[in-house]
Amino acid sequence: MITTDILIIGAGPTGLFTVFEAGLLKLKCHLIDALPQPGGQCSEIYPKKPIYDIPAYPEILAGDLTEKLLEQCKQFEPGFTLGERAETIEKQEDGTFVVTTNKGTQHQAPVVAIAGGLGSFEPRKPQIHNIVDFEDKGVEYIIKNPDIYKDKRVVIAGGGDSALDWSIFLSDVASEVTLIHRRNEFRGHLDSVDKVQELKDEGRINLITPAEIIGLVGDEKLSAVVVKQAQHIEKEFEIECDHFIPLFGLSPKLGPIANWGLEIEKNAIKVNNALDYQTNIPGIFAIGDVNTYPGKLKLILCGFHEATLMCQAAYQIINPGKKYVLKYTTVSGIDGFDGTRKEAPKAVVKKIE
Amino acid sequence: MEQDINIKITDREGKIHEVIAPTDMAMNLMEVVRSYEIAPEGTIGVCGGMAMCSSCQCYVLSEHELPEMQDDEEAMLSEAFNVKDNSRLGCQLQINPDMEGLEVELAPEI
Repeated sequence: MITTDILIIGAGPTGLFTVFEAGLLKLKCHLIDALPQPGGQCSEIYPKKPIYDIPAYPEILAGDLTEKLLEQCKQFEPGFTLGERAETIEKQEDGTFVVTTNKGTQHQAPVVAIAGGLGSFEPRKPQIHNIVDFEDKGVEYIIKNPDIYKDKRVVIAGGGDSALDWSIFLSDVASEVTLIHRRNEFRGHLDSVDKVQELKDEGRINLITPAEIIGLVGDEKLSAVVVKQAQHIEKEFEIECDHFIPLFGLSPKLGPIANWGLEIEKNAIKVNNALDYQTNIPGIFAIGDVNTYPGKLKLILCGFHEATLMCQAAYQIINPGKKYVLKYTTVSGIDGFDGTRKEAPKAVVKKIE
Repeated sequence: MEQDINIKITDREGKIHEVIAPTDMAMNLMEVVRSYEIAPEGTIGVCGGMAMCSSCQCYVLSEHELPEMQDDEEAMLSEAFNVKDNSRLGCQLQINPDMEGLEVELAPEI
């Protein structure tokens, strides 16, 4: 059981800034995120795109913003459970909450802050009528353990970076790699496209375009995919394989959080914006893009503000009755949980003669 | 004053909405749909309008001459689902006076 003061669901910008604000109040944080890396949408969807409305940054790349936030909260030693989705929440007799992920990891905290953005990112599944029958029986939407493809025949579908990168990677692992895409053009880093071209020319990747998978064949386990190719004359044929990996990107879904008994409106969690962004369940807060209230704006900078106010309320829950006044970091410096201290340089007192 | 235009949008349940869209607010079709709440929040414009998620895919029903597709949009549509010959991404269609009378249908949610 992982225990902490504030359990944050979602490691996007709002979640990461919460760690800093909580740290100033000497509260420890642990973050859960379904993605394998922190940063949320900023890392997953648009790391190389600029953001222009972060105060004091006329322009910052989303990926750089994530890095800066990680650097800023590093002193407060956040814990991370990455690549796992928060699945259930149970209130304990002592008032704390236990949140369990889809992989069974348990976390316990007196305060839960949902900073889940648009929800957890789920793979987009192609619309093949019997695809569900073969999930984990040869069909994988996410590559977790590349070793399982050793000496296997693999078919990958998709036209983006992940389809290209995994085709390249698996060409060294699998016995046969086939890449199928609806168009002749791929959108990915130029290096990746060139590398796939090279591997295709060497006969190490079997490239089929423009084409798509329209059916799956197999008894218990996947044994072949049905391909429809549209070059010149339309034709359909089967390719024997052990694995089919459709890589069509991720789309966010509110997911299991929707079943936690929280008041939901417009796919977002209703909170008390007059005070502390608490939900209808005391001790559970919702901050950033995942919440809604009159006048809500889904902006990173609003998430930062919400996180800051939420931490004050969390302090009261965790330290009932304990006195505290807001301190300015410039005045009092920052004492990290790792023993480091940041502070303003002392003024020089020297006589002028 | 810049002119407003009329657009007919069929939602995902098949209901037709006749709406008025400003041409001077740099809005795109996805944003018009959101501003009238024709599709629930969180099911459209997920990536914010970067042609990176296809949640604003729509089918163009009228014969309007629309701005040409850029590479981003074409690439995204080549990976999207339920794509037809008349598919476009709403976020890439900036509202302009030439779109008066435009008719579109929202593609299914995925």
